[in-house]
Amino acid sequence: MPDISREQVRHLADLARIELDDAELDHLAPQLSVILESVASISEVATDDVPPTSHPLPVTNVFRDDVVRPSLTPEQALSGAPAVEEQRFAVPRILGDEQ
Amino acid sequence: MTTPLIERSAAALAQALASGETTSVELTEAFLRRIAEVDGAVHAFLHVDAEGALAAARASDERRAAGTPASALDGVPVAVKDVLATEGLPTTCGSKILEGWRPPYDATVVARLKAAGLPILGKTNMDEFAMGSSTEHSAYGPTHNPWDLDRIPGGSGGGSAAAVAAFEAPLAIGTDTGGSIRQPGAVTGTVGVKPTYGGVSRYGLVAMANSLDQAGPVTRTVLDAALLHEIIGGHDPLDSTSIDQPLPAVVDAAHAGAGVDLAGLRVGIVSELGGEGYQPGVQQRFDEAVELLVKAGAEVVQVSCPSFVHALAAYYLVMPSEASSNLARFDAMRYGLRVLPEGVDSPSAEDVMRATRDAGFGDEVKRRIILGTYALSSGYYDAYYGSAQQVRTLISRDFEAAFEQADVLVSPTSPTTAFRLGEKLDDPLAMYLNDVATIPANLAGVPGISVPAGLAEEDDLPVGFQVLAPATADDRLYRVGAALEALLEQQWGGPLLSADKLALETEEHA
Repeated sequence: MPDISREQVRHLADLARIELDDAELDHLAPQLSVILESVASISEVATDDVPPTSHPLPVTNVFRDDVVRPSLTPEQALSGAPAVEEQRFAVPRILGDEQ
Repeated sequence: MTTPLIERSAAALAQALASGETTSVELTEAFLRRIAEVDGAVHAFLHVDAEGALAAARASDERRAAGTPASALDGVPVAVKDVLATEGLPTTCGSKILEGWRPPYDATVVARLKAAGLPILGKTNMDEFAMGSSTEHSAYGPTHNPWDLDRIPGGSGGGSAAAVAAFEAPLAIGTDTGGSIRQPGAVTGTVGVKPTYGGVSRYGLVAMANSLDQAGPVTRTVLDAALLHEIIGGHDPLDSTSIDQPLPAVVDAAHAGAGVDLAGLRVGIVSELGGEGYQPGVQQRFDEAVELLVKAGAEVVQVSCPSFVHALAAYYLVMPSEASSNLARFDAMRYGLRVLPEGVDSPSAEDVMRATRDAGFGDEVKRRIILGTYALSSGYYDAYYGSAQQVRTLISRDFEAAFEQADVLVSPTSPTTAFRLGEKLDDPLAMYLNDVATIPANLAGVPGISVPAGLAEEDDLPVGFQVLAPATADDRLYRVGAALEALLEQQWGGPLLSADKLALETEEHA
């Protein structure tokens, strides 16, 4: 199972919205296989009677009173934007040709 | 002869400020001069904020003159890892994708440093998004180890550790996800502390892996680390995972430890963290340090943590899984880089996102995002991510059992001294092995410190001694760390680090 093909890497990169060229695919695929082989061992350790731990602290919901408090101004929030129009983030078109 | 200002500990500098021997402006200028002198060779800093630091220093001197210093370290400068948001100051996380970004707010750690009156000298270099063990994965070029410029300074916080080791800053802030404060500390001869998970706010710390990331101090002495820890630590309502209880008295513990009476203390040597795979010179310095603790009255017990052998594998599933999700925010829409794909008319947001992430992320980041996407994907989730979370449980149980037999656990911080730049760059697994002794603490959330233990015989490079304590018992790290430091300095006749031992050629400094 750990062997990860070039096509799988391409698919995963696609899911992660990263454009990889052929050279990057050639480079990454074998490295990922090696890493996955080395981590495959842990599925044998984890038997059904061991509960998973997702976080080192017992995480609970934290609530606050529903009151207005200071936050970033529109200028601050937009200050790092690649493009701004009329006090809004200007983004490329969201829908593709087929939608 | 009095010790030059820049070579003094932060505690000594605070004293020099209190007694009127120097001013914060003088101090800050001395460190800025040192940065100008040596940072061309070390490259610890990505951005130096001379103007901001001097303005803060002037304000500190005014408070001092009025008799109202804001904290014990008011006026002592600090350097901050570039993964923490600093209002108006560039924050890149060592990545091209954030080149030039200036956050509109401060991380809580930064806000607390400012409130305590510490001038911020600048932002330190790091592996891109804190992914690495050598600072070679910074998009802005590697940092060099001040002990030997051909060697790595550790990672991902190599910039913070190198800045402190090269006397460019008396204090620095790092972050530790799998050892990124402790391992750089070990290989540069500095002190690095990973506080209990949740002990220091993560608000404004650009997340790599939320359940593991922890900010903490990088300093030259254990007492300095405690002083800095008290300033940045404690509950923060802006971070819902910050612990809502008082910080342990770490400064008192550091003072108590310096008295080197460890009678009654049980020190556990973790069988799985040592021996085979550890450089002989590293193991030797570790064994000698343990003997010193015994002479100071500590009782040594061997403890076994059998699940630790799986910690590295579990970490390299949990961390990329969380990272792949966290780094989804770099989508070229609201901040950071935006790259338009070539040869595409009217590209879609998705096209732009792909082109931007390909151009903006380096190899290691892509590797981990893809690994994380794989580990979280349907069909593999149980076998990989699910199993890794179960291993976390086993590791926590090992810690619980070990802390029943011992008050603290000890090991070498890193299996080797600093390796050569480039040596492991194309072999991710070899690189990951560097974190083998530090990772269990992150998976379980317990605190750890690395204290300089001397130089390895075979290469004359620094070795780190790691102490781990139960969650929220950070004070024990400082007690044991300060005792070991005092005992070793008696042996060495002074601190391990001094400017004349470093591989830096400079003119005489202030």
